Amino acid sequence: MYDIKALYEAESVSHAVQLLVEHKDADIIAGGSDVLVQMREGRRAGKELVSIYGLDELRGVSMEDDGTIRIGSLTSFSHITKDPIIQKYINVLGEAVDMVGGPQIRNIGTIGGNTCNGVTSADSASTLHAWDAIVEIAGPEGIRRESIHDFYIKAKKVDLRPGELQVAILIPKESYEGYYGNYIKYAMRNAMDIATLGCSVNVKLSQDKAVIEDVRIAYGVAGPVPLRATHAEETGRGKAVCEETFEQVAAAVLQDIAPRDSWRASKAFREHIAQVLCKRALKESVRLAGGAINE
Amino acid sequence: MEKEHIVGKSINRVDAIEKVTGRAKYVDDITDKDAYVVKIVHSTIAHGYVKSIDISEAEKVEGVVKVVTCFDVPDLPFGTAGHPYSTDPAHQDVCDRKLLNTHVRYYGDDIAAVVAEDEVAAAQAARLITVEYEELPFVLDVEDALKEDAPLIHEEYEHNILKHTSINKGNYEEARKEPGLIKVEGWYETPTVQHCHIENFICSAYMEKGRMVVTSSTQIPHIVRRVVGQALGIPWGKVRVIKPYIGGGFGNKQDVLYEPLCAYLSMVLGGRLVKLENSREETFVSNRVRHAFKAHITSYVRKDGTFVARKMDLYSNQGGYASHGHSVVAKALGAFPQLYPCDNVEGDAYTVYTNRPVAGAMRGYGIPQSMFLYESHADDIAKVLGMNPYEFRFKTLMPKGYTDAFSKNCNYEDTFRQVMEKGNAYIHYLDKYEKYKNQTGDIRRGVGLSVFWYNTGVWPISLESSSCRMVLNQDGSIQLQLGETEIGQGADTAFSQMAAETLGIPFEDVHIVSTQDTDLTPFGTGAYASRQTYIAGFVIHQTASLMKEHILNVAVELTRQMKDNMDLINGNIVRVTDGKVLMSLGELATERLYSLQKSEHITAESTYQIKNNAYSFGCTFAEVEVDIPACKVEVKDIINVHDCGRLINPKLAQAQVHGGMSMGIGYGLTEKLMFDERTGKALNNNLLDYKLSTMMDHPHLEGQFIENYEPTSAYGTKSLGEPPACSVAPAIRNAVLNATGVAVNELPLNPHILFKRFKEEGLI
Amino acid sequence: MSKQFKQIHCTINGKERDVVVDVRASLTDLLRNDFTLTSVKKGCEVGECGACTVLIDGEAFNSCIYLAVWADGKEILTLEGLMGPHGELSDIQQAFIDETAVQCGFCIPGFIMSASEILESGKLYTRKELRKLLSGHLCRCTGYENILNAVEKTMYKRLGLELPEYLQDLSVK
Repeated sequence: MYDIKALYEAESVSHAVQLLVEHKDADIIAGGSDVLVQMREGRRAGKELVSIYGLDELRGVSMEDDGTIRIGSLTSFSHITKDPIIQKYINVLGEAVDMVGGPQIRNIGTIGGNTCNGVTSADSASTLHAWDAIVEIAGPEGIRRESIHDFYIKAKKVDLRPGELQVAILIPKESYEGYYGNYIKYAMRNAMDIATLGCSVNVKLSQDKAVIEDVRIAYGVAGPVPLRATHAEETGRGKAVCEETFEQVAAAVLQDIAPRDSWRASKAFREHIAQVLCKRALKESVRLAGGAINE
Repeated sequence: MEKEHIVGKSINRVDAIEKVTGRAKYVDDITDKDAYVVKIVHSTIAHGYVKSIDISEAEKVEGVVKVVTCFDVPDLPFGTAGHPYSTDPAHQDVCDRKLLNTHVRYYGDDIAAVVAEDEVAAAQAARLITVEYEELPFVLDVEDALKEDAPLIHEEYEHNILKHTSINKGNYEEARKEPGLIKVEGWYETPTVQHCHIENFICSAYMEKGRMVVTSSTQIPHIVRRVVGQALGIPWGKVRVIKPYIGGGFGNKQDVLYEPLCAYLSMVLGGRLVKLENSREETFVSNRVRHAFKAHITSYVRKDGTFVARKMDLYSNQGGYASHGHSVVAKALGAFPQLYPCDNVEGDAYTVYTNRPVAGAMRGYGIPQSMFLYESHADDIAKVLGMNPYEFRFKTLMPKGYTDAFSKNCNYEDTFRQVMEKGNAYIHYLDKYEKYKNQTGDIRRGVGLSVFWYNTGVWPISLESSSCRMVLNQDGSIQLQLGETEIGQGADTAFSQMAAETLGIPFEDVHIVSTQDTDLTPFGTGAYASRQTYIAGFVIHQTASLMKEHILNVAVELTRQMKDNMDLINGNIVRVTDGKVLMSLGELATERLYSLQKSEHITAESTYQIKNNAYSFGCTFAEVEVDIPACKVEVKDIINVHDCGRLINPKLAQAQVHGGMSMGIGYGLTEKLMFDERTGKALNNNLLDYKLSTMMDHPHLEGQFIENYEPTSAYGTKSLGEPPACSVAPAIRNAVLNATGVAVNELPLNPHILFKRFKEEGLI
Repeated sequence: MSKQFKQIHCTINGKERDVVVDVRASLTDLLRNDFTLTSVKKGCEVGECGACTVLIDGEAFNSCIYLAVWADGKEILTLEGLMGPHGELSDIQQAFIDETAVQCGFCIPGFIMSASEILESGKLYTRKELRKLLSGHLCRCTGYENILNAVEKTMYKRLGLELPEYLQDLSVK
């Protein structure tokens, strides 16, 4: 039995907005794999909840006319992984969310919840940052969109204003067309774990596969919120596909990341692993993009 | 009629159907839903005194029935270890805690309890309780606890030393002067870990006819009965303890946990049913943990590997209360001079109170820790000598025929060398060790080896006594009752096989009573050490023999045949001279029970005290892949080889080995309960942050056996419950040494420690 | 504060049920307390151990972190619902027995439910894939070895395929 003060079940997005406006202290519950755990711990005990779990309109992956991939915020991780659109265009996202917790968690956990809880370790978050995802938000003023980079404000705080809920995550065509990506989750065990560090990389190679035309590198747990390694990206852009480039890009990562010391891992350890992961994820992305890797 | 042998067969578990259908009822499944529930209030400081507790707000919460604090409970200190009682006060367990404590000794100590109608009300009330403390400095590590100015955790124990014992053999100081000796020394340490049985501790209590009835997820119902009596100050006969199916124990439930508190709360509520269920977070901190060990070992060896003199200082982190106390490290110390016999040995072991959670029994009882210390050191010696670790062990390990002066245990066979040969044949250690020892590159392979020393029961340290009852039914089947408990390991199946074998009835005709109820079950001390198959074997054999004798006497009357010409085979009275089935046991039982001349309900019951113990040895070989830049170790292949005597049930035995290996892999690579240095609070007391192995963290687990019949045993068997967890971690550690040349002397070999060590050694 | 209830309609182990639930209840609470489906075990109550796993519309969920009210309109299957109409054990339950996959038994109901979802898919998975598909369950007794064998063998049997060599002889050496 959970210490829930009151539960309001939304029947539509507009109803959810109305409930959130009416109950200003209420928290949104989507799949519950974060909210209920925190309630059990006592952190959210006695809270009012607005449940959006029943909003099937927020489930599923589709492609819009302009090639934008739309992922409903309540789409579970397992459904994202299995989705043919995801598999075809941004398989790395399906792979990344397939590393969340275990199978049961991936059946209940939603991509909306994973991003709205604002935690830096979320397995979807670094990949969404790497793909320049756009967050679609419904609120009393209607629908608005914002870059995922702006959506994260600080640790555990995202840009959801009173009465708002996230309804979709969008990946524009220009973000994914021609790009190939790889995500590495670094954790202490191979399942049922949260990332000690996560690194998501995607690249676009030149026609002849010899030059890195563009590279995007994003991290989870390398700072209070997921972040992009812009210096490292700059270092790699336009460079030849070779071991030296990989080394340089990985080394540049230290200019971008700001991990902290915690009982889960030291700053020095995270900085070391960040470079190792960058190099490996970059190489794998290049390989997926058809580049030659000499080992 | 041929006698069918039942011992030695891989028969399916007697409780398997119940467990795959969900019909097996555990404590919570049989507790009435209207039970009041308890929420314990734990201290939020690591050391100090509770000055006052304000419960006024908590009492206002709707549904709260009663709040009890540390100022309300009886002034009756009690001990909690699941040891047999000793009538000699000098050998009794240390009584150093009360139901709730004003002097709190660790972050998470029990200071108050809320009883409420439901869990939400209880939790709300617990959050509203405010506590005023007088804080004292606290210590988490033994080094700090031993310092001159360290706070005293229990005032009567100077330097926080609960107990110190020594061993002294030959003359270490003289012997080490021999010219040309090579000195190898090192510090080795193991972490605090937890059992993580999947069913958290739970118990319930109510009163019936003036007696306290406690149902508990325990390994030791008869001991719980005594301790509840002691803690509440009521006669032991006024306590009845029931143990239904339990969801694992691994030693945590070989302690009396919250049964006394739950019983007390029922008592103060007029005997109303009260349920006390721990959360996972509480289970990690406020039950028991495995002692963290730290040791300095010095060995003087000749160039050929012969040990000349050895010395060890061994420290065991007890946490806040005595629980099993010194007996855990004492077992480890006892193994030290035996594993690698040496004429000149000095050893000191200290059990030290600290402000960590309380350490108790956990699978292996000091041996998983000590094998990491001893077997890491063994590889370090071999490295210094330039010897192959396998050959070094072959040369120096306990030889066949070795007899321990204290326990009188004898190494009847050359077990160590046999298990090593079998393990090597599987993993090809000797070839791979040489191949792997000079690698370069980021990803490297390594093989490692560790043996383990174990002994089966607790004799001669403690009493070994077990009782058994057999009751014959009209159809020739029996009920079998023992005080020894099924906790998942398969004991009930093994016991049933033994009973069927000796009595001469089909396996299906043995109905073992899985539930222990101290009102009904004969006395037995329960599941601990790795004693039950060995110890219960004696009493099952004796009771079955008594039963059979009795049955054959009845058969003489009913068949008029000579007793010596008859036997009980596969549930029939058989004339052995011609093999004729004279009557079935069912016919005999029915005839006798309903006889108008001489009605009799045929039963047998007996107690057997064992004044014996048995060595149980084995080894682990592991092959690992080390990803140096990623600071990660992956176990690629692993084998345990055990000599636990004759296998009663090979498939069950192997399953036991798998489980122990899994626990050992966690111990070696990932598991560690961590504490905040500033507050003493556990940091990772949940199943997400405490990294016990998932299915993705294992390779195939290979479990093999050498079946040397144990000559002291009733069925040729000896311990297997704990041994599989004893040698895995050092084998992994030694494999990493083979792969990288880096000796890691601290468990677990997780990325953090590997990062530190690889940096120190210049690998990254 | 008055308690809040909601009437829901769902199917539990093939039977349609109308039940009034306390909105604070988890699905574990509902199944254990209202329907005495005690195969649904509580090992952590925060989705970390898998002991409470049930199938909801054919997918495995930790019922401890699933609100009971969400079961409205759903089909729930627990271990009790896996047996045949006359109490026959399903093949996967029998495999757990035959492969000695059971020890204390506390994690077993959850494991069998995840195994059911895997087997119902009708797909052939590698041993490595099966490890991942079953990785949401913690077990401290078995080292997972025989559980994996039970699931893998049943998968091959259902697909009518011959067992791979490593599963053919699992006798103790």
